[in-house]
Amino acid sequence: MESPRFLSRSDLIGLAALALLLVVILPLSLDVFRLNLVAKYLTYAFVALGLVLCWGFGGILSLGQGVFFGLGGYGMAMYLKLEASSVANTKIQSTPGIPDFMDWNQITQLPLFWQPFHSLTLTILAILIVPTLFAYLIGAAMFKRRVGGVYFAIITQAIAAILTILIIGQQGYTGGINGITDLRTLKGWDIRPDHAKVVLYFVEVAFLFGCILLALFVRHSKLGRILVAMREKEDRVRFSGYSVANFKIFAFCLAAMFAAIGGAMFTLNVGFMSPSFVGIVPSIEMVIYTAVGGRLSIFGAIYGTLLVNFAKTSLSESFPQLWLFGLGALFIAVVLIFPNGLAGIWRDHVQPLIDKVLNRRKSGSDHTSGKTLGPVAGGAPAE
Amino acid sequence: MFGDYSIGDLGAIFAMQGFAGLILFSVYVLMALGLAIIFGQMGVINMAHGEFMILGAYVTWMTSSAFQAYLPSLFPGYFFVAMILAFIAAGALGMLVEWGLIRHLYKRPLDTLLATWGLSLILQQAYRSIFGAREVGVELPQWMLGSKQITDTIEVPINGIFVMCLTFLITAAVAYVMYKSRWGRQVRAVVQNRVMAGAVGINTEKVDRYTFGLGCGIAGIAGSAFTMIGSTGPTSGQLYIVDTFLVVVFGGAASLFGTIASAFSISQAQSTMEFFMSGSMAKVLTLLAIVAILMVRPQGLFALKVRK
Repeated sequence: MESPRFLSRSDLIGLAALALLLVVILPLSLDVFRLNLVAKYLTYAFVALGLVLCWGFGGILSLGQGVFFGLGGYGMAMYLKLEASSVANTKIQSTPGIPDFMDWNQITQLPLFWQPFHSLTLTILAILIVPTLFAYLIGAAMFKRRVGGVYFAIITQAIAAILTILIIGQQGYTGGINGITDLRTLKGWDIRPDHAKVVLYFVEVAFLFGCILLALFVRHSKLGRILVAMREKEDRVRFSGYSVANFKIFAFCLAAMFAAIGGAMFTLNVGFMSPSFVGIVPSIEMVIYTAVGGRLSIFGAIYGTLLVNFAKTSLSESFPQLWLFGLGALFIAVVLIFPNGLAGIWRDHVQPLIDKVLNRRKSGSDHTSGKTLGPVAGGAPAE
Repeated sequence: MFGDYSIGDLGAIFAMQGFAGLILFSVYVLMALGLAIIFGQMGVINMAHGEFMILGAYVTWMTSSAFQAYLPSLFPGYFFVAMILAFIAAGALGMLVEWGLIRHLYKRPLDTLLATWGLSLILQQAYRSIFGAREVGVELPQWMLGSKQITDTIEVPINGIFVMCLTFLITAAVAYVMYKSRWGRQVRAVVQNRVMAGAVGINTEKVDRYTFGLGCGIAGIAGSAFTMIGSTGPTSGQLYIVDTFLVVVFGGAASLFGTIASAFSISQAQSTMEFFMSGSMAKVLTLLAIVAILMVRPQGLFALKVRK
């Protein structure tokens, strides 16, 4: 809308590199089990992507992204659960045709809010709309009254706590602490075997690229520039006549929608959804993926998510104790030593080095590459 | 839901639940006092506050074990020694953390949240490695056991009364230190205008360090008191941290009186509702009410009137 080509050269290089990694290298080099793990990590990358938009660009730290991840995941899980609990499948229950955990909790009729999840269209709409609407309500209530920063973080955290307690407490409606398990088919297509996992992986990567393109578009549009301006000098943007609250609400809603898509893909890939992906701890972990990758970098957040999760899986398999120490040290190191994460290290140290080598080889024939890719002064984000 | 109870029963229920709420109130106040100093005065979000509390609890547990083993005759009074040790241990760790971590982040409050969250993970794992994953309980001395009968239907446990008295004393002491002592004036001066406070000769770095240490030390005492009413595990601190932050924010971050008032209303609401519905629904309703009120009144109940 704003400029005809919203993808700069470095964005295209970044997209190509990520596509090479996710579409070619990883599927060819990993077995299905490991590929499914990557798929699980990538569901968090959706959340991290949203956090780059609202935290990195907009300066709004939400510690409740698990809420939106969970809402999306539960939406998908409810649909799959209803499909798995057809009358034929649940003959042995005292009330056939309802999910097994409802039967165990003496509920004899499907609750009203479960009814829409019989339809896939309505489910997809719910996954996209419910978390976004919820984010809108929170955002409107907070930002219109100029609540931000620390207070926003604490309140979103409280909301994550509330939702977790609610899900665990209302066992008959939500499956309680175990979550919604034993999911089988999507429109009759079995999601459990290996070939389905591979298909789901590629679908997810496609969605991820869609979200990345959207994020890049927002980043390079006027909207993205206002977001960054707002983060730096909120009052000045307000005095210039912009409605600061509405821009913040938009960024927060978009982040919530990304998280919800991630959550829905999580349910499909992993085969269940539980409150342990909703609460405060997972929400903060998602923030740290973003921070490690670089809160200002769209691609950095995705690499950060992959790296931290790889480290988590491989370290906690062999040294479960070391992992928590390592994760804690990582938090502290990211904050103290490299606040812009891996992307910041890349931009400040690796990229100039590459440019230097390239420029020396070309020996002054072409200086433009150094200018377009180099770091922007004053800590402003460069992709 | 009141229909099944007679008026007398309801009175007793409210009295008993009210008292249970008062114990919860004491824990909230002790934890929130430290947090109100660190967050309200210094603007630092200390997510590891719960872990400082647990440190106090473990110190108390170790002291009680040591008294049992080596000084059984003095065991009834172990708690007073334990409390002082808990304060010193948590306060010292707090000052160390301020020196190593927090002082680099005063201009980035949201980053203190991430860094102290990392610290809390490290501390949790350290507790797990040192003390084991199981919860530990302190054996109470004889005089703290039992309960006091007030009327036929109302009785209150003695350890609860003790914790409440303790809370009262500590709160009074903190209020005195912050509002009457020379050092408290320095703290408030640094909070209001760091540069000017430095210019009139206050060593702001030192004030910061001791303020943080005091907040953490009070968390240690809270943990110490916590052992009287519950058992302690490596992750117990996490259970309270969000609630405590809400208590502080709800009360108005920089007001000690607000902190106490909000701790009182939250704990009473929680405890009274608990009798009539499941504990988790009571908690959900309480938290929802707080969030709703905070959306209407973001500065909290008792906001300081300051020019910005």
